[in-house]
Amino acid sequence: MPIDAALVGRAFPPTSPVPVTAESVAAFAASVGGAAGEGAAGEGADRPVPPTYPIVVTFAALQDFLAAEQVELSRIVHGDQRFRYARPVVVGDELTATLTVTGVRSIGGNDIVSTSSEITDAAGAVVCTATATLVHRGGAA
Amino acid sequence: MTTLTPGAALEPLTFEITRADLVAYAAASGDHNPIHQDEEIALAVGLPGVIAHGMYTLALVGRAVGEWTGDAEVVELGAKFVAPVVVPASGAARVTVAGTVGERNDDGLLALALLVTVDGTKVLGAPKVLVRA
Repeated sequence: MPIDAALVGRAFPPTSPVPVTAESVAAFAASVGGAAGEGAAGEGADRPVPPTYPIVVTFAALQDFLAAEQVELSRIVHGDQRFRYARPVVVGDELTATLTVTGVRSIGGNDIVSTSSEITDAAGAVVCTATATLVHRGGAA
Repeated sequence: MTTLTPGAALEPLTFEITRADLVAYAAASGDHNPIHQDEEIALAVGLPGVIAHGMYTLALVGRAVGEWTGDAEVVELGAKFVAPVVVPASGAARVTVAGTVGERNDDGLLALALLVTVDGTKVLGAPKVLVRA
């Protein structure tokens, strides 16, 4: 299913708030082999939250968008991802992402969707801006 | 931790990614796209096999930056995913993160110029890292 170019400029509803718990950070860090997941339980609390951790709430926003547009996740590959942080994410944060579609173009049978998600904390202050490009692979059956 | 002098080489770091890592990462990140788990689905959509989440590779860059800078605050991080990182059913993909210390910008933030490869093939395009260090 092609992605509708009329989506450009549309902001999708904010995600549900994602609590940044010590456990979720440790699991994330451990899954990429990071030190925050090493050592005895509870260790690693002195290490910063991994910089790519905001993908958790960003991905929730992307997934909401794909579901709303009835796009199958298996047809999507991640083309580009950038984060600009206003401040580091810390345990105790509650993050919400609001996604806007910034571009849709078609190249070689694939739709390329550009998005920007503003990630805010419980007070509504911006923590991070995440821009993502998704490639919807229309080619193989 | 490396001395962060502009032009200084950053010690290349190599990380392994296994299928089990992708399962753990899917659970931790919420990204359950089956192309990162299921060979048949990956092949059916035209991929060369099960591929790592692009964000897994970018997370490894985050680890390398943390090691090089002593966990300096990262102000910007991003890249294009220009080649798939194929993760075999047994064994591991080996991602190498290398780089040099770049220039300090007007805000005093330090850029790191990176080269991220698997078996000599560049897998991240236009990687950008800015740290407060």
